Amino acid sequence: MPEQLVFAMEVTLNGLMTGVMYSLVALGFVLIYKASGIFNYAQGVMALFAAMTLVGIQEGRVPFAALINAIFGTGIHEFGWQVPALLAILLTVAVMIGFAWLVQKVIFKHLVGQDPIILFMATIGLAYLLEGVSDLMWGSEIRTLDVGLPQGINEAIDLTTFNWFGYGFFIDNLDIVATIVAAILVAGLVAYAQYTKQGRAMRAVADDHQAALSVGISLNFVWILVWSLAGFVALVAGIMWGAKSGVQFSLSLIALKALPVLMLGGFTSIPGAIVGGLIIGVGEALFEFSVGPMIGGATENWFAYVLALLFLVFRPQGLFGEKIIERV
Amino acid sequence: MKVEPFVTADGRTIGDVMMEMRNITLRFGGVVAIKDISFDIREGEIRAIIGPNGAGKSSMLNVISGFYHPQEGEVWYHGARRPSMRPYQVARQGIARTFQNIALFDGMSVLDNIMTGRLNHMSSSFLDQAIWWGKAQREEVEHRAKAEEIIDFLEIQAIRKTPVGRLPYGLKKRVELARALVAEPKLLLLDEPMAGMNVEEKEDMSRFILDVNDEFGTTIALIEHDMGVVMDLSDRVVVMDYGKKIGDGTPDEVRGNQEVIDAYLGVSHD
Repeated sequence: MPEQLVFAMEVTLNGLMTGVMYSLVALGFVLIYKASGIFNYAQGVMALFAAMTLVGIQEGRVPFAALINAIFGTGIHEFGWQVPALLAILLTVAVMIGFAWLVQKVIFKHLVGQDPIILFMATIGLAYLLEGVSDLMWGSEIRTLDVGLPQGINEAIDLTTFNWFGYGFFIDNLDIVATIVAAILVAGLVAYAQYTKQGRAMRAVADDHQAALSVGISLNFVWILVWSLAGFVALVAGIMWGAKSGVQFSLSLIALKALPVLMLGGFTSIPGAIVGGLIIGVGEALFEFSVGPMIGGATENWFAYVLALLFLVFRPQGLFGEKIIERV
Repeated sequence: MKVEPFVTADGRTIGDVMMEMRNITLRFGGVVAIKDISFDIREGEIRAIIGPNGAGKSSMLNVISGFYHPQEGEVWYHGARRPSMRPYQVARQGIARTFQNIALFDGMSVLDNIMTGRLNHMSSSFLDQAIWWGKAQREEVEHRAKAEEIIDFLEIQAIRKTPVGRLPYGLKKRVELARALVAEPKLLLLDEPMAGMNVEEKEDMSRFILDVNDEFGTTIALIEHDMGVVMDLSDRVVVMDYGKKIGDGTPDEVRGNQEVIDAYLGVSHD
C-alpha cells in the first residue's frame, strides 16, 4: 500500500477521535438549545467548572479556601484526604445538578418568554460569573486530572498496523475511551429522550410551551432536568479534555470549537452534533495533512470555521437541523 | 356543592356544581377583559360560552385553566376554593383543554402527542425511567393501551405514526382533542373546537363531543361561534359581551333573551 495512503488512514482515524471530543462539547449545547431555545454560551465554562470541581474534590481541597483564609486569617487549603475517583465523579454530578437548579431558580425562571438574544446575553453573563466562581472556589492553577483513564499509545493497534502496513499507527488510548464513552452517552441520551416519561416531557417542552403546560408538564422541572443533563455532559467533556490537556482556563475555549460543529450538524439534533463533530475532526486533520504543507500549515485553526461558513450559505439549518420554513 | 338538579332537554339529569366562578374580574393593564362574572359548571353537563369576538370568552377559559390569573374573584373547584395555580398544576387536577389556534407538538408523531397526555398518570420514578425496567415498562404498555382506545374512539388509527406538522387542520384539531381526552379529565375545556372546519368536519366533531360527554361522562365547557352547533350541543349557555355576562341559561332561554339578540344582531339607534 502506498505510504501516503497509510498516513492518510492514520490521520483520518485520529481526526475521527478528535471529532468525538468536539461532539462531546457540542452535545451540551444541543440539549439546552432543543429544550429551551437558549444558546448556552457558558457550556465551555461549565466543562471547566466541572473538571475543576472533580479535581478539587478528588484531591480533598477546601472549596473557597483562599476566600476563607483571607476573611478569617486562617491557612487551610486541604482537608488532608483523597476521594476515590468514582465517588468524586458522583459528588461532582451532584454539584452540577445543584448548579442547574440554581441557574433555573435565579436566572432563567425570571426570563421566560424573553427574546432569544436576551437569554443569550444572560448565558454570557453566566459564563463569566461561573468562571469567577470556579477561580474563587478552586484557584486558577493548572491541575492534572487523573481518574484512572488509560493514556498513551495503544500497543495493540500499533503492532497490528505495523504487521499490516509496515507502519504502526499512533492511536491514543484516551481517544479510544472517549469514543466509547461518547457513543454510550449519545445512545443513552437518545433513548432517554425517545422512550422515557421525562424524555417525552423534554421533547414536548422543546416543541410548544403552551401545549406542554396544558398537559401538566412543569416547565421549571424540565428546564432543571435539561441543565442537569447539560452539566453532566459538560463533566464528561471536562474529564476527557482535562485528562488530555490538563484542567486550566483554556478548557473553556473548546466551546468555540463546538460552534462550527453545531452549524454543520444543526443546533437541534443530537445525532447531528456527533456527525458534525466527526466531519470537522476528520476534515481538519485531512486538510492539514494534504493542503497544509502547501500553504504553510496551521490550517486547523481556521478550517472548521470556513467549513461552517460554507454551510451557513448553502444549508443554514445544518445537516440534521429542523428546516426553517416561514409560512406567509 | 349540592344544588337543585335540573333535567336537560334530552332528559338527562345534571348534578352538582363542579366548578364555580365567583365575581371574576380580569384586567390587562387598563383593558378590562372580564368584568365581575359569575357562573357555574355542573357535573356531567355541556356548558357553552358564547359571545361576539372580543367578548372575553377565551380569557375566561384561560382563567379556568390557570393561564391567566384574575385580579378579583374566586375560582371554586369541587367545593373548595382554588388557590392561584400554574397551568400545569391545574392540568394535574383533572382539567384538560384544547386551544383556539391548536397547540400541538408539531415535531412529534400523533401517538407521541397523545402519549404526552398520559404524563400525569405515570408514577414510575426517575430512576425506573432512566434504567427503563420493571414498572416503567409495564406502565408504558398500560398507557399505550389507553392511547389506542382514544385513537379508536376518534377514528384516527390511520395517522397514528404521522408527524403532526404534516396533518391537515381538521385532523390536528382531532389529535388535540385526543391528547386532552387521554388524560381522562374530569373537566374538558374546548376553545372553538370547530373553528375553520367545513360542515362535514363540524358534524364529526359535534358527534365526538356528544359521545365524550355521553360515554365517558366528562363535563365539557366549550367556546363556539357557530350558533346552530352551540344550540344543538349544549345543556346550558353563558353569553358574554364586552367582558360582561349578558345571559345564562338553557339554549332556549338564551335565544329569547333580548340583550343577547341585541349583542348579536346589533341595536338600531333611531
